[in-house]
Amino acid sequence: MTIVSNLPIYAMLVSFLTIFPIIIFGKNQNVREVFTFIAAFTKLYILFNLAKFVLDGNVVVCKLIQVLSFISIDFKVDGFGMLLAIVASSLWIVTSLYSIGYMRSLKEHAQTRYFCCFALALSATMGVAFSANLLTMYLFYELLSLSTYPLVTHNQDQDARTGGRKYLTYLLGTSIGLVLPAMIITYNLTGTLSFNEMGIFGNSIQIGTLTILLIMYLFGFAKAGLLPFHSWLPGAMVAPTPVSSLLHAVAVVKVGVFCIVRILTQIFGINLLSSTHLGTIVCVIAGLTVLVSSLVAISQDNLKRLLAFSTIGQLGYIVLAAGVASKLSVTGSMLHISMHAFGKITLFFCAGAIYVATGKKYISQMVGIGRRMPFTMVAFFIGSLSIIGLPLAGGFLSKWYMVLGTLDVGKSWVMVIYLISSFLNVAYFFPIIYKAFFCTDNESLFPNEIKEAPLAALLPPLVTASITVALFIFPDIFLNLAKIVVGVN
Amino acid sequence: MFEYLITNYNYMVVVFLMMMGLWAMIAKKNLVKKCIGLVIFQTGIILFYISMGAKNNSTIPIIDPKYGEAAINYANPLTQILMLTAIVVGVATLGVGLMLVQRIYKEYGSINEDRILEKFK
Amino acid sequence: MADQFLVLIVLFPLFVGLLIPIIAYFNKSVVWPLAILSLIGSFWAVFNTATQLLKLDPSSSISYYLGNWMAPFGIEYVVDRFNIMVLFAIICVSLLTTIFAKQVIEKELGDNAANFYSLFLLFITGLLGITITGDAFNLYVLLEIASLTSYGLIALGRGRALVATFNYLIMGSMGACFYLLGVGYLFIKTGTLNMDQLYDVLPLLFDSKAVLVGFVFIILGMWVKMAFFPLHSWLPNAYSLAPTAAACLMAPLMTKVSVYVMIRFMLNVFSTEYVYSVLTINNIIVIMSSIAIIAGSIYALSQKNLKKMLTFIIVAEIGYMVGGVWTGHVDGIRGAIYHITADAFMTLCLFMAVGCIVYRVGNDKLESLKGIFKKMPITMICFLVGGFSVIGIPPTCGFFSKWYLISGAFNSGAWYFIIALIISSLINAVLFFRIIEIGFFGAMSNEKPDYKSLQSIKFNEVPINMWLPLVIVSMILIILGIYTNEIMTNFILNIVPMM
Repeated sequence: MTIVSNLPIYAMLVSFLTIFPIIIFGKNQNVREVFTFIAAFTKLYILFNLAKFVLDGNVVVCKLIQVLSFISIDFKVDGFGMLLAIVASSLWIVTSLYSIGYMRSLKEHAQTRYFCCFALALSATMGVAFSANLLTMYLFYELLSLSTYPLVTHNQDQDARTGGRKYLTYLLGTSIGLVLPAMIITYNLTGTLSFNEMGIFGNSIQIGTLTILLIMYLFGFAKAGLLPFHSWLPGAMVAPTPVSSLLHAVAVVKVGVFCIVRILTQIFGINLLSSTHLGTIVCVIAGLTVLVSSLVAISQDNLKRLLAFSTIGQLGYIVLAAGVASKLSVTGSMLHISMHAFGKITLFFCAGAIYVATGKKYISQMVGIGRRMPFTMVAFFIGSLSIIGLPLAGGFLSKWYMVLGTLDVGKSWVMVIYLISSFLNVAYFFPIIYKAFFCTDNESLFPNEIKEAPLAALLPPLVTASITVALFIFPDIFLNLAKIVVGVN
Repeated sequence: MFEYLITNYNYMVVVFLMMMGLWAMIAKKNLVKKCIGLVIFQTGIILFYISMGAKNNSTIPIIDPKYGEAAINYANPLTQILMLTAIVVGVATLGVGLMLVQRIYKEYGSINEDRILEKFK
Repeated sequence: MADQFLVLIVLFPLFVGLLIPIIAYFNKSVVWPLAILSLIGSFWAVFNTATQLLKLDPSSSISYYLGNWMAPFGIEYVVDRFNIMVLFAIICVSLLTTIFAKQVIEKELGDNAANFYSLFLLFITGLLGITITGDAFNLYVLLEIASLTSYGLIALGRGRALVATFNYLIMGSMGACFYLLGVGYLFIKTGTLNMDQLYDVLPLLFDSKAVLVGFVFIILGMWVKMAFFPLHSWLPNAYSLAPTAAACLMAPLMTKVSVYVMIRFMLNVFSTEYVYSVLTINNIIVIMSSIAIIAGSIYALSQKNLKKMLTFIIVAEIGYMVGGVWTGHVDGIRGAIYHITADAFMTLCLFMAVGCIVYRVGNDKLESLKGIFKKMPITMICFLVGGFSVIGIPPTCGFFSKWYLISGAFNSGAWYFIIALIISSLINAVLFFRIIEIGFFGAMSNEKPDYKSLQSIKFNEVPINMWLPLVIVSMILIILGIYTNEIMTNFILNIVPMM
């Protein structure tokens, strides 16, 4: 059933309108932060109201304005969009808390600008999640790229300049150079850009054109970090840690894969992908990304860079599962967006907590840290379990669905990629954990005085780690949302 | 062919004038000569219009009992009126052009394009 | 009164423009309000004409015969759904520029300010006249009025402006003469100068060589006037050296009005049948436009001076419009027509913002933009909106014109035009983000940036009558974008015949 409601617009506006009080009360830190939290909780409240409709199997729509003769700025809330929206806005609360602790303890400059851009990025994420057609999605996608630029370059030094330049070059370059023409060609071929469960391409369009379009879309949404358009992500590591967690878990990369999965399932359609070689193309590109990035991750010594490459690999998983194009694997793909978000944000919070407490960035310097910071490292352990896809963490479920999906359509070579990559994940995460806990006192690089990070930096990873475990036991909300949109029971 | 050129000699003159003017505007280094080229070019166009309105065995476009009221006996007045306007426009353009040349001369002490460009360096 | 609106549009700025030198002799302080008043009068006339027009059938037009001499003997003023849009753009741009210009003019010109307004208004008169007239020769006269006043305006500029003006004068007169020559050829064949009548008569003469020559001369003349690459050489120097207020007015309007004249002649004098079916030169011209776009963008990339960079962006944008029209597909033509209005406001926004920067910072070199975001946040946000529009980021209007242009190119198979548009968008993105980077980080890339030195920069925004028009323009850019569909269905759809 279709319900017309303005709730999706309110959900977007909440964080957008917060910008004004944030600017007005910019001088008064406490009042400013209160507004961020009011907005975050209001947004979550609106989203849960919306989720009730969606979980009942409805689709909430709302039309804003007609911009071209057959295209309008339209919003549609289905299970998939709802999933991204809930992940992003619930993590916004945690990240805000963490940001406050991080920014205040380091006495960062331009905090008002930081919180403004953060709120704007959230609005853009909501816009992408709720968009009902490609044009709306593109609009908010660009808004997200632009609003996160000041965040990535927050330090305003030479590294930030280089990283920021790379960030914009990749994101804007691909979206203008590939998505925009692809979108216009799609529109001229089909006369519509609205998302549709069956896909919008009929049978009349040549497979060659479709292949080119597919590749343009895959690489055009560079936020998804598919090889060879991935290197902005490690480059963007110059940003402060809360921003990294925003990039990796809350908004940016999730929006990238969201867009690709949306296009694969609702512009091309699962049937088209599975009945032609298009699905295989997606699998090959994504599979390469998964393997290469995992191999690169093993050789990294900088913890945050390792996490960045790990993210690239996990994004590859999500696209890969969508490319397999069976209902179960698409469910797994959508589910993995939420599972990876909670797992990866835990890891970033831990990396940040280690940095705040000890000032260490490199893995080789972290021998014995588990004894000094046990809570942080336990959280790190849970996060990495989720990324690897082992039981007791949410990541297991999504990978389970992905693997089931490959068996469903008989693409067993994809399963091999999953297995190899999981081993590689183990290979880059477990040494860290092993060195952290299992070493003699002599080997430990940390004196006894080292304690856990301050509470504001310690609490968020613990919260997200426990959510990760909780999602293993009670995955219902995300699982149902994904199942509803795919149509699996 | 030759006969055609002879009978339409006025257009040949027009083309010649226009080419000459255009050449002066583009190739001459002296700014005043450029202005002169502009005027020659415009004169060519004016002659072009005037000659298109002219007719053999016709008179000025004022009704005269001697010639009757048939339009064929009178030159087309419209082209001449148009050219009056065009002449005014041309004079104004020339005026602005010469004013500019004068100010350039005051500022740079030369009206040769190359020498002026040298002064910029 | 009601039937005189058409002529009032032109008369308000004409008379006030002529009166200003006399009034300024007695009292200099009333000149600025007077200029604004005359433009408001003109705006009111345009607005009333538009309301009259929108009540009528979409394909109909309103005519006014000067001196009550019927066409073809008299001069006819016509307003239809095509030029009402251009008229709106012209009058809005002029009004906003005039409001904006006060301090800039006083700072740059001092005692000459009053005479400047006189030229300013006469220039606007010329542009309004070109747009509204239905007579090919009258168009020439008004074109020269606009050109002559613009020579005067540019010559008031700094440094090498005199030489730049002289080059512009030679090129501009050449363009106008070509146009006049072309009209002469049409007149020989048809015996009329009225555009409607030409449209009726010309189909009988489509295989005539004289008509072809006339067409070529008219289009060539307009290309010179609009600075279509490679005939653009006069534009960058002239516009970048002109006084800020003059550049703000001329850069958005003069080239766009020339594009309007070209499209007017292609659609409403020669008819689409002649242009796209009888002549088979589409592809060559689209290729030329693609080259123009790429060349303009690359030149823009190599500039170190903000205004000069913008002038080369104009050269590229001209390529957009010429290419769009010549794709010969409905979408391309619609895109080009939409882009006339959109680009007028885009260019205005950028030039005004640069005007504000120059007013506060003192020069327009890229490196002097250090810390500009903190110093002039309003100006810079508007500048960014303009920049985003040039890049083509939704929901600004630049995105939608690009949408139509690319659609047109796709449907007519002109893939090179698509590539040119995309490359130009990417280069524009580089251009504007370079500015963002300098404004945000401070020093150029070879020095070590330091945000602590940026913190000492204080908020120092321009006066309200400068930033308010700027904010309005940047909002217009977004509003135009959001209401693209309305503009298309109400105006542009009726202009372009289905092919």
